[in-house]
Amino acid sequence: MFSFNIFSDLNTMFRYDFMLHAFEAGTIVAVIAGMIGYFIVLRRSSFAAHALSHVGFTGAAGAVLIGINPIFGLFLFTMGGGLFIGILGRKAESRDVQIGTVLAFMLGLGVLFISLYKGYATEAYSLLFGEILGISSSNVLITLIAGIIVAVVLACFYRPLLFVSLDEDVAEAKGLSAFWMGILFMVLIAAATSIAVQVVGVLLIFSLMVTPAAIAERLASKPSQGIFISVLVAVLATWLGLFISFYLPCPVSFFITAIVFLIYILVRLVPYVRNFSFQK
Amino acid sequence: MEKQNIITVKNLSAGYSSRQSQTIVFENANFSIAKGEFVGVLGPNGAGKTTLFKVLLGILKPVSGEVTVLGEKCQSSSCDTNCKIGYVPQRHTFSLDSMIEALEIVRLGINGRKMGFSLPATARREKEEALEMLKIVGAQDLAHRPLSALSGGELQRIFLAQALVGNPDILFLDEPLASLDIRRENEFVKLIKKTASARNITVLLIAHNINPLLPVLSKVIYVANHRVLVGNANEVFTSAFLTKLYNSPVEVLRDSYGRIAIIGAQEGGHDHNHG
Repeated sequence: MFSFNIFSDLNTMFRYDFMLHAFEAGTIVAVIAGMIGYFIVLRRSSFAAHALSHVGFTGAAGAVLIGINPIFGLFLFTMGGGLFIGILGRKAESRDVQIGTVLAFMLGLGVLFISLYKGYATEAYSLLFGEILGISSSNVLITLIAGIIVAVVLACFYRPLLFVSLDEDVAEAKGLSAFWMGILFMVLIAAATSIAVQVVGVLLIFSLMVTPAAIAERLASKPSQGIFISVLVAVLATWLGLFISFYLPCPVSFFITAIVFLIYILVRLVPYVRNFSFQK
Repeated sequence: MEKQNIITVKNLSAGYSSRQSQTIVFENANFSIAKGEFVGVLGPNGAGKTTLFKVLLGILKPVSGEVTVLGEKCQSSSCDTNCKIGYVPQRHTFSLDSMIEALEIVRLGINGRKMGFSLPATARREKEEALEMLKIVGAQDLAHRPLSALSGGELQRIFLAQALVGNPDILFLDEPLASLDIRRENEFVKLIKKTASARNITVLLIAHNINPLLPVLSKVIYVANHRVLVGNANEVFTSAFLTKLYNSPVEVLRDSYGRIAIIGAQEGGHDHNHG
């Protein structure tokens, strides 16, 4: 249980390698998801991002069925799905009905793959809900390398991507290609999704990719500030979630999702509370 | 001395194609626009005014014909002349609930194409430049206000500042007067004219109502019935000219202030719509 001495509690927790790895991988994933998430929210593409993660699940289930590492199937399918949506263009990102239809079929396919698999599909299950406490040091290294690549590409294309995301027609008139920016963005989402599922899983990826960014969008007056807040919320929720779950017998994913959801509700309530107090 | 042509369009046809079909919006357009001109682009809804802009901006490839903008043939969005162009579209893709402040939108007009991040000194210079432009369009007080808190007229000033901030040679304004009342329409047109004249910027402005533009227009491009015709306001806004363009009776009325009303009449019948 908590000793209510934060240093002693942290000391106890970090004596375990699995907790150390969980904090390392969780931090990397939260930073990347927070950064990418801000653009997802700006572009109003959260459903497309959500669908990509589900397509990834089908890929992972397929990989389990044919006996290869599910992360390969996940990466291949999210990347393929990302490229496909990117090629269809910006409008495709917000075509909810079409995306929903494909998403439902892909999930069904994933269920079929799992049912056809004769062994215990624990790996596919862990990709659905995340298994942050089972991350090895080599996984942390892979996550770090993938995270650095995504962050560097995002930093290079920060302004053109921001311009196209905020005001596509003006950006195109200024000579930027909305088509190529869309493809680059979808590939970045696919890469970020592939690494983020280790922490929160396919089904709960919104908690790190969309909710912190939605919080940031309501608070930030500058895009750079928005990305900072989004990353901060994602990182703090991950740390706090890991910390609490070490002492309480509930999954980390639950705590992370609950924390970001609570912050979101608080942020949404602030204007009402402010108006109420002014009226008084 | 004859002014230098900044836009030349020869035998231009434009439209949209899908795998199944091709829709021609207008064909065989021929015109040129000289530096510093203020051009009104008018015509009914769906006639192809925005399509014409998209071709001139290099966003849409022409079906046939030749378009030269700032001395370069413009066939795609990779056109090098784009940084010398300012554009205010009819609709913006960003959410109008956004908390992003107006200054950030204007700054994108300066640095939106650049890769990576600005050094602190460059960022300071960009910010000063954006603030200066907001001052010129009379919107300095709006710099730190979120977009969601701005009215239609205030937003148009911000978009105009964004279009002007990169020191463009040409301004393309797609229905900037649509969300303004009559008084603000006139004020906004005066503001555009004043700023463009001071910087020798060519302006192409799409509007539905010719009247606020009449005092500043040097040329009118009229798009209707799959055709694009060009002339000065007195040439274009005559019953004979528009009747020929629409291939259907059209009457142009002028009041004592010179304001224009265009009235369509039923083909073959007398027009009873005017008093």
